[in-house]
Amino acid sequence: MTKYLTTIGLEFHAELKTKTKIFCSCPTESGGAPNTHVCPVCLGLPGVLPVLNKAVVELAAKAGMALNCEVARFSKFDRKNYFYPDLPKNYQVTQYPLPICRNGYIEIKDAQGQAKKVRINRIHMEEDAGKLVHSGSSLSDSSYSLPDYNRAAVPLIEIVSEPDMCSAEEARAFGEMLRLILLYCDVSDVKMEQGSLRCDVNISLRPEGTDELGVKVEIKNLNSFRAVYNAIKYEEERQADMLDCGEPIVQETRLWDEQSGETRSMRSKEDAHDYRYFPEPDLVPVVLDDEWMEHIAASLPELPAARLCRLTEQLGVGEKEAQQIVQNPPLAHFFDALYDEVKDAKMVSNWLLGDVSRLLNDSGMEFSALPLDAVDTGHLLSLLKQGAINQASAKQVLEEMFTTGNKADDIIAARGFAQISDSSALEGIVAQILADNPQPVADYLAGKKAAFGFLMGQAMKQTKGQANPAVVKELLTKALEA
Amino acid sequence: MPITDMTIRDMAQALEAKQFSAEEATRAHLERIARVDEKIHAFISVTAEQAIAAAQAADQRRAKGEVRSPLDGVPMALKDIICAKGTHTTCASKMLESYVPPYNATCWQRLEDAGAVLLGKVNMDEFAMGSSTESSAFGPTRNPFDLDCVPGGSSGGSAAAVAADLAVYSLGTDTGGSVRQPAHFCGVVGIKPTYGRISRFGVVPYASSLDQVGILAKTCYDAATVLEIVAGKDKMDSTSAPYPVKAYNQFCDSDISGMRIGVPKEFISDAIDVEIRQQLEEAVTQLRALGAQVEDVSLPHTAYALPAYYVLATAEASSNLARYDGVRYGLRVPAGNMRDMFVATRNAGFGTEVKRRIMLGTYALSSGYYDAYYNKTLQVRTLIKQDYDTIFAQGFDCLLTPTAPTTAFKLGAHTSDPLTMYMQDICTVPINMAGLPALVVPYALSSQGLPIGLQLIGSGFAEEKLLAVGSRLESVRLLPDLDE
Repeated sequence: MTKYLTTIGLEFHAELKTKTKIFCSCPTESGGAPNTHVCPVCLGLPGVLPVLNKAVVELAAKAGMALNCEVARFSKFDRKNYFYPDLPKNYQVTQYPLPICRNGYIEIKDAQGQAKKVRINRIHMEEDAGKLVHSGSSLSDSSYSLPDYNRAAVPLIEIVSEPDMCSAEEARAFGEMLRLILLYCDVSDVKMEQGSLRCDVNISLRPEGTDELGVKVEIKNLNSFRAVYNAIKYEEERQADMLDCGEPIVQETRLWDEQSGETRSMRSKEDAHDYRYFPEPDLVPVVLDDEWMEHIAASLPELPAARLCRLTEQLGVGEKEAQQIVQNPPLAHFFDALYDEVKDAKMVSNWLLGDVSRLLNDSGMEFSALPLDAVDTGHLLSLLKQGAINQASAKQVLEEMFTTGNKADDIIAARGFAQISDSSALEGIVAQILADNPQPVADYLAGKKAAFGFLMGQAMKQTKGQANPAVVKELLTKALEA
Repeated sequence: MPITDMTIRDMAQALEAKQFSAEEATRAHLERIARVDEKIHAFISVTAEQAIAAAQAADQRRAKGEVRSPLDGVPMALKDIICAKGTHTTCASKMLESYVPPYNATCWQRLEDAGAVLLGKVNMDEFAMGSSTESSAFGPTRNPFDLDCVPGGSSGGSAAAVAADLAVYSLGTDTGGSVRQPAHFCGVVGIKPTYGRISRFGVVPYASSLDQVGILAKTCYDAATVLEIVAGKDKMDSTSAPYPVKAYNQFCDSDISGMRIGVPKEFISDAIDVEIRQQLEEAVTQLRALGAQVEDVSLPHTAYALPAYYVLATAEASSNLARYDGVRYGLRVPAGNMRDMFVATRNAGFGTEVKRRIMLGTYALSSGYYDAYYNKTLQVRTLIKQDYDTIFAQGFDCLLTPTAPTTAFKLGAHTSDPLTMYMQDICTVPINMAGLPALVVPYALSSQGLPIGLQLIGSGFAEEKLLAVGSRLESVRLLPDLDE
């Protein structure tokens, strides 16, 4: 049996997080009644002209910088011509020979756990199409279809990788890292299930020991990274079976069917459009000068790789915990805010991944919806760290903060959770207990260490549990050994 | 002087002197349209009610001393390719016969804000593709100087309306000569400003990188007055130029002694009518007499402009006209499926010339041909621009050329021979390719009694120099005899 090597390249479309569309001032927000977020410009009425939204350039360049790309000082727009009723002008304004970004990369881990750079060929800006609502299941079997142009001309970036990945695992890792970087940059919502991040896969197989790439197949309709992973696994098997039987692979576009877990042919290369690209004469070139470039660079946040490094190497958070934190930007931002208050990375990470995560899980909430205030939560953890409250009380206070939104101090006062750590206040109590319990004292001094626990218990009982056990222990030991 | 004979300048003074009201001026024009336009067919639609309402509003402003501009209350016409909110904008095509835009073109918005009174929308070649106004889906316009002749095109309706005193001035568009050749054929002034001088927003595109709004008027002074109002940066058009707008009419009738005027030899050949060449010589003599320095110059790449234009313009047109598919507005011819509906709609909605140009342009952009045609054309365009840059860098103020190879020709003379029709643009197309301003002024009548207009070409954004020279050159207004 021949073994095959897989080659994978990915193409992503990310909706940019701008308030308005790419060439007009219509809102980009989704969910309006059909054809309410439209104007003559995004409807492509006769005579209208596009005017480029500067925020689109900024977000596209920012994404490029975050993905280690060269950002072009001079780029321009082109028209991609094809007839389809979701496209108001029957051409899409996009960038072809001179995209805004080129030659980037993302670092992932390969099967051996080694760092691997997956190159990014280009990032370009373009407009989205509208949406067709079919009376049947597709355009061809519908008696009518209704176009909704609310989404038409919402800004997109297309990110095209080089064919540098060789497994479903690598493709998924690349996609997840890309998504995370875009999320940190705040350039896109990157929700695959809602379509604000879309992924197409290009995949080919070749026999081991050969260099020439096999015929590539494009897979579309992938709504999650799980789908990307499963579609690649399926396609690897399908193509390997065909090659084993001596059947040629056809260059084509296939659709992933989530239900059946299969890909099926959508169109072959012969049906491919001739897009007749040419420079968009209605727009002027995009020129990024030094000042604008610096302004954009200054808006770049700390990226996931750097953040992971800071958490593990500078703050001493464990590798696994740090990974968990960095995967989730709202959690990571809350971590930083809490760390600023408490200055104890281990404690903060334990609480966040422990109690806070549990509270969120129990109420089915995402970290982004966390109802806790970082400063007040930090205050609670500081009290715990100083011994002003004990661990068990702190957990109860946190839960109450989470459910009621009340302040930590108010809860502690109302519930009488304040811990006595003042040794002068506890010295008298310790002395009294020693005086009242001569037998256990004698037992302890005779070597029955268990008696110490009894004396500790008496002290906690006397103080209704508010005594700081560590302080009591220290005072008892001192008194007994004096 | 009858109201309809008046220039903008005359009428502004008369309105100011309360010799008549804007309403009277508008009614006089509407009445003349009703009487004369049967012969000319300059108008596709007449917006009489709105025109009278706009004129009455202008009169009320004047009564309150709130006159907005020299154009306030002056009746005019728009080429039917320029969007005016709520009025039909057909592009002289069946495709858009029912189309009413929901917004104003910037050039019309500026005129409306200045108090202009819109009489209606005027005829043109379908989607501005043509040189005779014969490709209009609504029938041809006739030349007021000879009803058997064409008015030129594509802004034939705009030129004929002004020549026949149906409107005091009009706006047209010029992609390869569509304002200037009709001005020449109809004996009126036509200016195509520098690319970017007037916003293209709301002007239905033919070839976006070449299209420019132009003005047709009875005098250079009038054209200059309108230019000042419509020109200038528009935030809705990224390709509009930020340079300041000048008080262009102040340059009219100024001293032109010492100005250097070039006559490019490539524009003068046997292909140009003898009479037109003779008039050009006359003009040279006249300019010298006015103290200008006239010299022969050379623009070596001129011959390549026409073929390059027909690649570039049609390529852009094939994309610009793709949106007319029956889905959203305009004509829809129902069919069994989407593809068939597209085909049926476009087949029924577009005329022969439009289809020809869409096919030419689609071919030029197709993979495998792009480099040989479209890319080559861009290179030719650069060479043509460099020709002009070189001349103007030598200190020439403007260039003088014929406007077209012939005077107005008979209806139907070239309709079966597109290449001869395309040759009409030979003197005008290079200027669009270079993006420069050009002005055509009526100079004389031919032995056949048909107007001859001469073309002045300037460097970018130097419209005022053209108007200075043009206003000294323009003949006493040529008047057609409409035998009323």
